[in-house]
Amino acid sequence: MQIISQVLFLIALVVGIGFFIRNIRRLLRNIKLGKEVDRSDNKGERFAKMARIALGQSKMVKKPVSGFLHVIVYVGFIIINIEVLEIIIDGLFGTHRVLSFMGGFYNVLIASFEVLALLVLIGVIVFWIRRNILNIYRFLSRELKGWPKNDANYILYFEMVLMVLFLVMNATDYQLQLNGAPHYASEAGITGSFPISQFLLPIFEGMSNATLIIIERAAWWLHILGILFFLNYLYYSKHLHILLAFPNVYLSKLQPQGEMNNLQAVTDEVKLMMDPDADPFAAPAEEEEGAEPDKFGASDVFDLNQVQLLNSYTCTECGRCTAECPANQTGKKLSPRKIMMDTRDRLEEVGEIINTKGKYEDNGKQLLDDFILREELWACTTCNACVEACPVGIDPLSIILDMRRYLVMEESAAPNELAIAMTNIENNGAPWPYNQQDRLNWAKEN
Amino acid sequence: MAEALKVPTMAEYMAEGKKPEVLFWVGCAGSFDDRAKKITKAFVKLLHEAGVDFAVLGTEESCTGDPAKRAGNEFLFQMQAATNIEVLNGYEIEKVVTACPHCFNTIKNEYPALGGNYEVMHHTQFLKSLLTEGKLKVEGGKFKGKRITFHDPCYLGRANGEYEAPRDLLRKLEVELVEMRKCKSNGLCCGAGGGQMFKEPEPGNKDVNIERTEQAMEVKPEVIAAGCPFCNTMMTDGVKGKNKEDSVEVMDVAELIANAHDL
Repeated sequence: MQIISQVLFLIALVVGIGFFIRNIRRLLRNIKLGKEVDRSDNKGERFAKMARIALGQSKMVKKPVSGFLHVIVYVGFIIINIEVLEIIIDGLFGTHRVLSFMGGFYNVLIASFEVLALLVLIGVIVFWIRRNILNIYRFLSRELKGWPKNDANYILYFEMVLMVLFLVMNATDYQLQLNGAPHYASEAGITGSFPISQFLLPIFEGMSNATLIIIERAAWWLHILGILFFLNYLYYSKHLHILLAFPNVYLSKLQPQGEMNNLQAVTDEVKLMMDPDADPFAAPAEEEEGAEPDKFGASDVFDLNQVQLLNSYTCTECGRCTAECPANQTGKKLSPRKIMMDTRDRLEEVGEIINTKGKYEDNGKQLLDDFILREELWACTTCNACVEACPVGIDPLSIILDMRRYLVMEESAAPNELAIAMTNIENNGAPWPYNQQDRLNWAKEN
Repeated sequence: MAEALKVPTMAEYMAEGKKPEVLFWVGCAGSFDDRAKKITKAFVKLLHEAGVDFAVLGTEESCTGDPAKRAGNEFLFQMQAATNIEVLNGYEIEKVVTACPHCFNTIKNEYPALGGNYEVMHHTQFLKSLLTEGKLKVEGGKFKGKRITFHDPCYLGRANGEYEAPRDLLRKLEVELVEMRKCKSNGLCCGAGGGQMFKEPEPGNKDVNIERTEQAMEVKPEVIAAGCPFCNTMMTDGVKGKNKEDSVEVMDVAELIANAHDL
């Protein structure tokens, strides 16, 4: 009996982790559809930023209520995972609480897991209330209707169930130890310390050891199977941030927020134009013939860079960006969160085509127009509030800018007034139609 | 009024075989916009007051390309940048000061990779350094005790992390500095950035400058201080939209200092 359970556990573990590895490979494959970008510089500074923002949650706590609750769930998640290690060893080798050799320290560990489990449970319940009952601006946006809202709630239900299972498992284990049940009880006394689950004991009072063992085993199995399921749910949900927040912050831009990248392809062309020695009648170089010229800006996910695509997978749809966006606050269609969700949705669509057909075949869609609307792109003031607000270093503005570049440089599709301003800059060096020769007139006026 | 301001140009300096210690980059708004020209003049008066050896490019100055770049026209931006850098490098400029955070951000952050390397300062940073060096005295004068709130320009604040220089100057004016609920790194944009200044906003339920003006009104200021000609326009329009132009003034930090000095 025992050996069957161990074998089943091994199978569950291999299948769970196997699927997880498959998902991660797909994720990396999809990210690599983007353009390469070199972020191998300033390793020390990048590590420090990651430690501060991802590990240290420094931006999360800028909103004190959700920040504090998130820190609890985050710490709980990390620390309770030590317990998962024990569950895996127990499952594989049929042991009971194998880490208990640590003695007094083990009791401290189990006690802290229990306290954290309760705090996580409370935190997650408050999160659910915030999402579903309180009218919080950033949870009411139109892009959250349907799957994104359900997804968020499933994750919360999942965490609630996992925490309850953990506490039930401990309570029944404790009761079995008190009953002196074989395999559970130890001559050395009670293994573990149960400051929270002890209060559940009255529920199990009067149950036979056989019933208790069934409940304890069921809770134990469901807990670990639940964790394995959750690990695989990540890829299909908005919850990947628990893994990707770290590389995402590490790879985020280090320059001042106001600095926007200069396109090298444009620099090369401008240099050529301004070079007095360039031969205006020169034929294009041999190897360039037939080659497609560089596309300016982005109209689909392939035109974005790999960090921007990683950004889209990292987004957990918290909406802090959207809540800070001046365009969104004044009723415009632009929502930086939607920019990230759309990018990911399109990337997933492309990935799905590759999964079934082996390579990408045009399905008549692209990121621009089919997902992100021009009206959204033109509403941006480039104020960087979204970038500043993101707790995990996502840069929605860089995607907006790249898509504007496509609209202007490939399609000449700027809004009319902007096109006029640009013509003015080109003709007379100012966005308004004033003569450059009048630029110093102010000095003579009183 | 008194005689016209003395505003030397780089060409004049060059003709005399001299180099000024700093170039004042005026910017398009500062050159052409009637409201912003007042800021430009106030700043020039302060430069004279502090005895700063400066010059402007005058008719050789051209748009930095900021609105073109943020609107997606990288090509036009780089054309502007290349031309400006050629002029600046031709005069061997080392230090630039500007009263426009957009010019400031572009020249400071985006020109270096294109061959333009200068020490670039926003005028509030420059005025603060004059203060520290003892070249400029800033005293309360008629603004002493007045209730003033500072609106952070996105391209000075969030974009470049400068929140304190303008506030330090205001404190020196001995004003009652009050902060809006959205300030510094959380400051709300005035609505002009990213090319919005030159176009109608997308459909929505409010204009961004009205939202920001309402936030400013919450702290009941007598003056809304700004550090950007575009923010200045947007906030002035916002105050007018609220019919408060008689009780609330929108002024640049440089104007506040110059007015306190009765310049």
